[in-house]
Amino acid sequence: MTFAIVQALLSHWRRHRLQLATLLIGIALATGLWSAVQAINAEARASYQRASDQLALGLYDTLRDPSGTIAVDRYVALRRAGWQVSAVLEGPVRIAGRTVQVMGVDMVTYPALPAMTQTEQSDAPPDPSDMLTAPGRLLATPELAEHLKSQTELPPIVVSDAVPPDLILTDIGVAETLLNRPRQISRLVILPDQPRGVPALSEIAPDLQRVEASAQLDTQRLTDSFHLNLTAFGLLSFAVGLFIVNGTVGLAFAQRRAMIRTLRALGVSMRRLVWMITAELTLLALIGGALGLVLGFFLAGALLPDVAATLRGLYGAPVDGQISLQPEWALAGLGMALGGTFLASGHALFRLSRMPILTGAGVQSWRSSTSGQRFSFLIGTALITGGFAIGYTVEGLVAGFAMVGGILTGAALVLPYFLTLALSVFQRRARGPVAQWVWADMQAQLPGLSLALMALLLALAANIGVGTMVSSFRLTFVGWLDQRLTSELYVTARDDQQGKEIAQWLGPQVDAILPIRNVELTHETGPLFLYGVVDHETYRDHWPLIASSDSAWDRVLTDQAVLINEQLARRADLWPGDMLTLNAEHTLTIAGVYSDYGNPTGQAIVSMQQLDLIAPGAETRQFGIRVSPERATELAQALRDRFDLSRQAVVQQAAVKAQSLAIFDNTFVVTSALNVLTLGVAGFAILTSLLTLWTQRLPQIAPVWALGLTRAQLARLELLRSVLLAALTAVLALPLGLVLAWALLAVINVQAFGWRLPMFLFPVDWAYLFVLTLLAAAVAAALPALRVLRLPPADLLRVFANER
Amino acid sequence: MLLNIDKVQKSYPGGRPVLRDVSLTLDHGQTLALTGESGSGKSTLLNLAAALDSFDGGEITLDGTALSPLDDRGRAALRRQSVSLVFQQFNLIPSLTVGQNLSFHARLANREDTGWSAQLAERLGLADLLTRYPENLSGGQQQRVAIGRAMAVRPKLLLADEPTGNLDETASANVLDLMLSLVAETGAALLLVTHSQDIAARLDRQAHLAGGHIV
Repeated sequence: MTFAIVQALLSHWRRHRLQLATLLIGIALATGLWSAVQAINAEARASYQRASDQLALGLYDTLRDPSGTIAVDRYVALRRAGWQVSAVLEGPVRIAGRTVQVMGVDMVTYPALPAMTQTEQSDAPPDPSDMLTAPGRLLATPELAEHLKSQTELPPIVVSDAVPPDLILTDIGVAETLLNRPRQISRLVILPDQPRGVPALSEIAPDLQRVEASAQLDTQRLTDSFHLNLTAFGLLSFAVGLFIVNGTVGLAFAQRRAMIRTLRALGVSMRRLVWMITAELTLLALIGGALGLVLGFFLAGALLPDVAATLRGLYGAPVDGQISLQPEWALAGLGMALGGTFLASGHALFRLSRMPILTGAGVQSWRSSTSGQRFSFLIGTALITGGFAIGYTVEGLVAGFAMVGGILTGAALVLPYFLTLALSVFQRRARGPVAQWVWADMQAQLPGLSLALMALLLALAANIGVGTMVSSFRLTFVGWLDQRLTSELYVTARDDQQGKEIAQWLGPQVDAILPIRNVELTHETGPLFLYGVVDHETYRDHWPLIASSDSAWDRVLTDQAVLINEQLARRADLWPGDMLTLNAEHTLTIAGVYSDYGNPTGQAIVSMQQLDLIAPGAETRQFGIRVSPERATELAQALRDRFDLSRQAVVQQAAVKAQSLAIFDNTFVVTSALNVLTLGVAGFAILTSLLTLWTQRLPQIAPVWALGLTRAQLARLELLRSVLLAALTAVLALPLGLVLAWALLAVINVQAFGWRLPMFLFPVDWAYLFVLTLLAAAVAAALPALRVLRLPPADLLRVFANER
Repeated sequence: MLLNIDKVQKSYPGGRPVLRDVSLTLDHGQTLALTGESGSGKSTLLNLAAALDSFDGGEITLDGTALSPLDDRGRAALRRQSVSLVFQQFNLIPSLTVGQNLSFHARLANREDTGWSAQLAERLGLADLLTRYPENLSGGQQQRVAIGRAMAVRPKLLLADEPTGNLDETASANVLDLMLSLVAETGAALLLVTHSQDIAARLDRQAHLAGGHIV
């Protein structure tokens, strides 16, 4: 009996192969896009964890000096006092056209590192004596080692998989040479098991700050917002894919009503049928899910290098550019495929299970009724209202996404109501009989297409919203860069001494020298970088303040106040007039808040005198140089020649801007790719809906053909119908997209990154998207239209046949 | 002569002949019943006369126009302007109201006469149903709408395929009376396919189709 039922159920798919393909593709697309994002996130997080494990970060407390550098004497004093500390020197260096991080550790005292025992492509793990004696050894990933192999001046490279990407691990002595920072230490790691009776740190090194392991800058925490944004986009793509599944399953169930009725009449219980259909759906979900995993794997592989570049550029987070297949990821993907399929099919399955045995077998009844449309409208309105209510009353990133989710889902649900309203208005205004029929026919077709149109609405709104956010961000960022990067040249000296020499040499030749000096402090919200500035019109005229009290700069430069960046202001809820505690002795009034895009950490600005009070040893290695633009190139070359500085050590303003913009643009490559993919899925949803509705189209168009319209005219009208529906949806997507853009700019960005951006409008981009939408709709409708064009009259006549 | 079917041949895909050298004529204002068994080719012949389908041999001339040289556009124009159709399944346009269905063909042919349409609606008992949709009408009501749509264009030739086949006896008699009276009043010719000898008997002439021939 079971076999007979299975045979009957499966016969539907044999006869409707396109429908089966559509269903599987829908599940595969939903699972694929979701899994790709999850794979990227998982890979990135695994990379952070690996890096942390490989370098023993976040395991031990450390000692830091506010100036950023610890003198060797201090280290010696601590060791002599009995403190078990290990020295680390780290910093960026540019080698062979690529910036890499160098981490030099004291190989004798630093906790055991996996890289010292696990290596690849080398005959043996590095010999500790080779590491310690000249010329020393550099440990690097195979990829970085390959990149560096032409650099003959470097010490021999030992290839290891146990170091993070883009990082050279070496002995601190070698690092001093590579970084050109002799006798300097970045931080001291406090080793476990300290001897008893050692003097207190406050006695031996009162100027050093002890940073607890848990409070150290955590890449995973910093990048959480970025990954949450990606997850949200993945979820949107998943939802759009599920619209295809929902539409296809709904139609398939409706078409099988006659078969179900017959099976029940022949003695099969509804319970048994529901179980068998559930098993069938499970099988389809697993097949579609498996296809989706393959798709997701390749998609993630294609997108990961850009994500890795973004994470490195934005947060300095180490991420491998290669994806690896994780069993948990595959299982989670299949779980999502199963969950999504049943979520999309639940309603249809429930309705089928409640179908009376004597009910009609018509396929029309699956369509939503007017009352169903009103119900959707009410639910949708409630979701939109709820979304706004959450957005206004609850703080936090999750609340922000709940608001966006509510608004988007609600808007999708109210779409059919508004489309029906618009179509009936157009129908009333139509003059000719064909126009009147086209509008009326679109209304009749709407229930079957509404899911695909909802998917299109979401994809378009996401495009407009995210596009507006990115373009607004870019416009603001470019303007901000123009304001912030006012110096014609930026110079980085090798050390403090050379910095002083450069400043002395430049003094008489330039309009102004603006030292860029900073120290890292600890604030309750995380690391706080404190900068000192000299009194110069460059700051007063160009530094963009988003909130300020009277005479903000005057007060800062007379040591009475401090400026803070927007990230710190929003995280700590500190605004002009509030007090900021910098350390035990220094608390200053906040005079203003400045925007500081792209920086994940808190920042504050005081006068140079204040900085010297707070951190007397702060290095003077970097400068902004004000000079007439026409002299900049010549002066840059003179500086390089005079002080033997590399090209990267003397950079002109345009180069810094170009580099910043390149990082910015790279950041949104993934978003743009997901945007295009989501729109593609929505276009595919329209195509599949039109194809699955095909069997119902003949009774609609045959009478009109019989009354004197040619098949060519009908084909053109099929195309026009699809394009008009897409156009109406696109028009409705515009306000939704703008609401989404506002939510992203004013809520999500503030919660995720700590900065609020002004919103700009980009009508040309909308026009481009509108044309793209019409094209997508025309492409989706091209196949059905071609079918109409080539339809044999015999097929149309079958509609009129008495024996039908 | 309004309709001249001359030695028309038609085969189904696969080569099985359904019409073999069928010839038939119909004058202006004349009514003709075409009878025959199921599958004898009655509907096929009607479809050929309505320029809905093409034939393999012979010629059909409608109001002086030979159908075989016509392309898709020419056939569509002929259907729009010269013939009206009534089917057993009614084949109304489900997305349009009764009123819009009634005037649809006449408007397509640019021959809308609102007075005549209103008169038709009144006479067919549809005046109170004009804003309803076909799905809300009974079978008899739907067929009256189909007849109204066909007659609103004042066709020269009305082609009806089992127009009462889906109706009960009372509705069937009612619909046929209305159709015949409207045909007589407008001077249209009528070619009606039917199984019923009673209905056939009410028309001017009868032709019986069997084995692909008129007998």
